[in-house]
Amino acid sequence: MTALEVRNLHKRYGHHVAVNDVSFAVEEGEIFGIIGPNGAGKTTTVECIAGLRKPDSGSISVLGIDPAKGRAEVRERLGVQLQESSFPDAIKVAEALELYSSFYRDPADWRELMERVGLTQKRNAHYKALSGGQKQRLSIALALVGNPKVAILDELTTGLDPQARRDTWSLIERVRDTGVTILLVTHFMDEAERLSDRIAVIDGGRVAAVDTPAGLIAQASAVQQVRFRMRQPLDKGVLTELPDVTDVEITEGRWLVTGRGQLLSSVAGALARAQVVAEDLRVDQRNLDDAFAAFTGRTPEAREPSERRGD
Amino acid sequence: MRALLKMVEVETKLFLRDSATVMFGVLFPAALLLGLGAIPALREASPETGGLRSIDVWAPTALVFGMVMIAVQHVPAVIATYRERGILRRLSTTPAHPRSVLLAQMIVAFASVFVSAALMIFLAWAVLDIAPPERPLEFLVAFVVGYAALLGLGMMSAAVVRTSSAANQIGTLLFVALMFFGGAFLPRVLMPDLLREVGEFVPPGLQALTAAWSAEAGEITATAGGQPFWLQIAIMAGIAVIASAIAAKLFRWE
Repeated sequence: MTALEVRNLHKRYGHHVAVNDVSFAVEEGEIFGIIGPNGAGKTTTVECIAGLRKPDSGSISVLGIDPAKGRAEVRERLGVQLQESSFPDAIKVAEALELYSSFYRDPADWRELMERVGLTQKRNAHYKALSGGQKQRLSIALALVGNPKVAILDELTTGLDPQARRDTWSLIERVRDTGVTILLVTHFMDEAERLSDRIAVIDGGRVAAVDTPAGLIAQASAVQQVRFRMRQPLDKGVLTELPDVTDVEITEGRWLVTGRGQLLSSVAGALARAQVVAEDLRVDQRNLDDAFAAFTGRTPEAREPSERRGD
Repeated sequence: MRALLKMVEVETKLFLRDSATVMFGVLFPAALLLGLGAIPALREASPETGGLRSIDVWAPTALVFGMVMIAVQHVPAVIATYRERGILRRLSTTPAHPRSVLLAQMIVAFASVFVSAALMIFLAWAVLDIAPPERPLEFLVAFVVGYAALLGLGMMSAAVVRTSSAANQIGTLLFVALMFFGGAFLPRVLMPDLLREVGEFVPPGLQALTAAWSAEAGEITATAGGQPFWLQIAIMAGIAVIASAIAAKLFRWE
């Protein structure tokens, strides 16, 4: 069943087109990632889904309901963790959870949720006194306190240290295991790759690609390269005759084999049959960063660490 | 309803944790009056104040101090902070409308000035022998309507300011202006008639409060060209309604 569907979404601010014909569908129980550079339209898309902005055209369906029409119903069932949202400095962890749970018809047990995100020890701590990771965990818990079917998590781990990020990731995986559909907006490739079942790459207000992380990498890395060193002499033809290989270069005993498909196993098999030993055998491993660059024409490093609202 | 009650509970706790506001808004009016009451000269009947003690005539001003503090300084600053930091935005994604947080703010603001006023009136009576309001019902009406007018001004400021620091600046300006007419800098008895009459149009309507508290003090501060009591109340009610409507119209959630 489709939990969330966006079809031909358009949104402009004055002359700036923020979202230009975005469509995707999120299946129930999956973690669907949205990645894209700054100003790509990710946050605007999410804000339209959350009912915070009205799309210019196109349709959105959250569990079969249009958020612009059935706002109240969507708010009951959609949990939102916004990028730029906060809580009063002096509110205590337990108070925030209890308060937010009072908003919903059929809330989750907030004490259990507090335990699940590991904040029971901090129940009487003021929001102000929490670390970045603890604030983020509280924000996730508050997004889940209404027992939502679908949760939107926007820039979940921005500003967190590596350990806190990993903890947050495993928390999200546990949430998914309870059956919540998750829409994850991020600019971290490793985060999208680790958590998402499928990913939409959004660039310039458009969807550049939708696939599984592995599928995106495969799409982007049609060309692969294998490198190794070899002291024994070997005829280049042994490799060039392989169907997967397109090019072989040899410089002072260093081989660079370019090709596609199952390049590594083809090369390794041929070398074994020729009974030669390759040293330092390496595949230039493509990752989601490369895929991202291939789809958007940008390197992930060139982007800002955080995206402002209203892009 | 459950959400609103919970919100009032949490906002009350947050208010009590804000020690500066509790001190200045709730406790300071009583402390101020007691402090001035400790000066023997102000406890003596003087012909300038028509045979009453200065402290008798000045008591309503101390009360206004707490009202103004909370309505035009505290409440707008809290709401501007909530808006600036995305707290209202976050609330608008839940089934609770952020309107309920404004309502909760106003309920807490009302409750806190009631406590402030009750404390001050009690201590004024117990320590300084200033009689409690002679016409309690009229005093209550003047107090509530006057405070609603003040809160309307505060909400107008809260509706338009973009940042909490801007809210604080506007709040300070309003505070000084309102307290001037409230007689904090120059006792109203010593003000020219014109200023006193203008003051009848300035929230919270000190002349009505004074007159309901003590008819004698009211006569001293009243002017020949002043408006009758219920007209003053009607003016305050009008300001409350108009200011709230403007605030509601201008209000930005983000």
